Amino acid sequence: MKSLGSIRRAFAPWNDPNAKPYIQFENVTKKFGDFTAVNNLSLTIFEREFFALLGASGCGKSTLLRMLAGFEEPTAGRIMLDGQDLRGIPPYRRPVNMMFQSYALFPHMSVEKNIAFGLKQEGMPSADIQKRVAEMLRLVKLEQFAKRKPHQLSGGQRQRVALARSVAKRPKVLLLDEPLGALDKKLREETQFELMDLQQELGLTFVVVTHDQEEAMTMADRIAIMDKGEVMQVATPAEIYEAPTSRFVAHFVGNVNMFEGKVADRTAGTARITGASGAQIVVDNGDAKPGSDIVFAIRPEKIKVSSKKPAEGVNALEGEVYDIAYLGDMTVYHVKLDDGQIVRASALNAARISEDPLTWNDRAWVSFRPDAGVVLTR
Amino acid sequence: MSDIAATASAAPPVDVSASLPARLAKGFVGRLVIIVPYLWLLFFFLVPFVIVFKISLSQSAISMPPYTPVLDFSSGWSGFVGKLKQLSFDNYLWLTQDALYFKAYLSSVVIAGISTILTLLVGYPIAYGMARAPATIRPTLLMLVILPFWTSFLIRVYAWIGILKPEGLLNQLLLSLHVISEPLVILNTYTAIFIGIVYSYLPFMVLPLYSSLEKMDYSLIEAAKDLGCPPTSAFWKITFPLSLPGVIAGCLLVFIPAVGEFVIPDLLGGSQTLMIGRTLWNEFFSNRDWPVSSAVAVILLLLLIVPIMIFQQAQARAQEQGK
Ligand SMILES: Nc1ncnc2c1ncn2[C@@H]1O[C@H](COP(=O)(O)OP(=O)(O)O)[C@@H](O)[C@H]1O
Ligand SMILES: [Mg+2]
Repeated sequence: MKSLGSIRRAFAPWNDPNAKPYIQFENVTKKFGDFTAVNNLSLTIFEREFFALLGASGCGKSTLLRMLAGFEEPTAGRIMLDGQDLRGIPPYRRPVNMMFQSYALFPHMSVEKNIAFGLKQEGMPSADIQKRVAEMLRLVKLEQFAKRKPHQLSGGQRQRVALARSVAKRPKVLLLDEPLGALDKKLREETQFELMDLQQELGLTFVVVTHDQEEAMTMADRIAIMDKGEVMQVATPAEIYEAPTSRFVAHFVGNVNMFEGKVADRTAGTARITGASGAQIVVDNGDAKPGSDIVFAIRPEKIKVSSKKPAEGVNALEGEVYDIAYLGDMTVYHVKLDDGQIVRASALNAARISEDPLTWNDRAWVSFRPDAGVVLTR
Repeated sequence: MSDIAATASAAPPVDVSASLPARLAKGFVGRLVIIVPYLWLLFFFLVPFVIVFKISLSQSAISMPPYTPVLDFSSGWSGFVGKLKQLSFDNYLWLTQDALYFKAYLSSVVIAGISTILTLLVGYPIAYGMARAPATIRPTLLMLVILPFWTSFLIRVYAWIGILKPEGLLNQLLLSLHVISEPLVILNTYTAIFIGIVYSYLPFMVLPLYSSLEKMDYSLIEAAKDLGCPPTSAFWKITFPLSLPGVIAGCLLVFIPAVGEFVIPDLLGGSQTLMIGRTLWNEFFSNRDWPVSSAVAVILLLLLIVPIMIFQQAQARAQEQGK
């Protein structure tokens, strides 16, 4: 049996130049009055993909989703679904379904009536409706609650009813607006995996909106990072984390250290950068011109902290231990470099007793390899 | 070791002795708050009702007050009991014997029922439009609905005479536009009564409808559309059922006073209209028969208690459904 991980690894239509795009946003702009909520945005999503829109509150994620669902029309640009231009098609004729942020369960209908609602609309025979509703109830483990009204359910149960209702029609695309936003942390983590299983089981395309980076990293095949109505980067979770293309993305996902400086000179694939204080580091770099200002972004776990000067071949900067946070599985060091910059470094506590114990105000070296981070120009 | 365990198990989670008086005080205040509406009902509903009911059991008399017996203790306890024995249900019997009363009740209920449906038909689109209007102009719209209350009800009904009479504003307008060649006869017909009631009671319909439509989450409609439901069908499947508490409240607020309405049929309906409010007025002021008019009033009240109870049940159900 193949594990979920291996199926996922094999699934990468975005790397296949012949793969047919399923959903396409082409230069889409949406204005409310003179406020631009979505700005000239282009995006491609593939069939059966679990796609996440990640961004701070108010950056236009919901607006993007609502344009796909048909509740808002783009001011400019077009949206294609499976080769069809969606412009002018009302929401009730689009082969997409949406799970609302507020769930939007019909308060006067029981759980099963809620789930059956969409099926009745498409004129499915009632025997089939009954079968489908039972199947959906089983899928979300709410069999005993079929006759309850929404107000008689807990938050988690309501969330599952909303989910069941939105997938009951087997839409081509399921849109989920902050589907786990109203749940507490523990339930949210469990539900993330349930959502992933459900997507695999039904073979649907999921577009999920979230402002929680961990949630997006856990669930999605690819993530689009959004800021002020624009897409900053679209990539797999690992690429987003390890190879951000902008300062914004590097800062938005996880922790990061930034070394700013000027390119002093370059030799075969590496560049020497001089910081404001004169400290020099060597980083892997393709094409930064000598004299240009660049930023080297590096994650805390890629930086080693030691009491002795490390061997040649790595970048080493000296400073003093400013703060230590012991988190059990790992320890986070804040080292204040001699030029004043504070570097965050984290070390896995693989052994119970550290070989190189460091404490507050100790002199220390931070070191990292030239290829441990990325060079950013924007 | 052992006494640590003892203190741990003996320590109660809450200090009961301290919270008890507080809880008693809270209970007392709570009960007082509940008592106020009951006192109100007792003094302003039950006591007047008992008085009216007593008068309805008396006999008409040429005296001051115009009925007998007048209950008092001037001749002691035995005299009081003697007077009590003079009370009878004769007036109610009389009401069943004269078909006029039955017809008046029936026609009042029919007129009020038709008027209520008309008010609903006019009021629902108004309330819907208000609830879907931009939030910034909703208070203004609400103000406009309430505005007519600032003028006397009587004057507003009189104004309709000026509009509806044969040489009135409406006929002049239609004649000058050549829509009609003869003046329409509206005044002193049932049509005029319907117009008067719909006009006068419209705010009572619009306000509860508006409040139930306004608090409805618009994403429910979007969800219905998302699931394949065209707008009209979404209205009947989602909006209308969810506004039912407002519909029921509005209908009762119009129907109940309309049944007993006196001014509108009297001013706009002409002499031939048969409504229980006018019958009551005639008995009371023209015939000066207080006992019979009291009996008419008591029956009217009992007639209206049924819809009120339906209303209360609907409200209880709505509350249960609310959250
Ligand atoms: N119907 C609307 N009218 C005016 N402004 C809107 C409307 N819908 C959304 N906006 C604005 O567009 C921006 C993006 O909103 P939204 O897409 O809901 O953000 P989010 O990323 O939090 O889901 C917000 O600033 C919001 O105020
Ligand atoms: Mg949102």
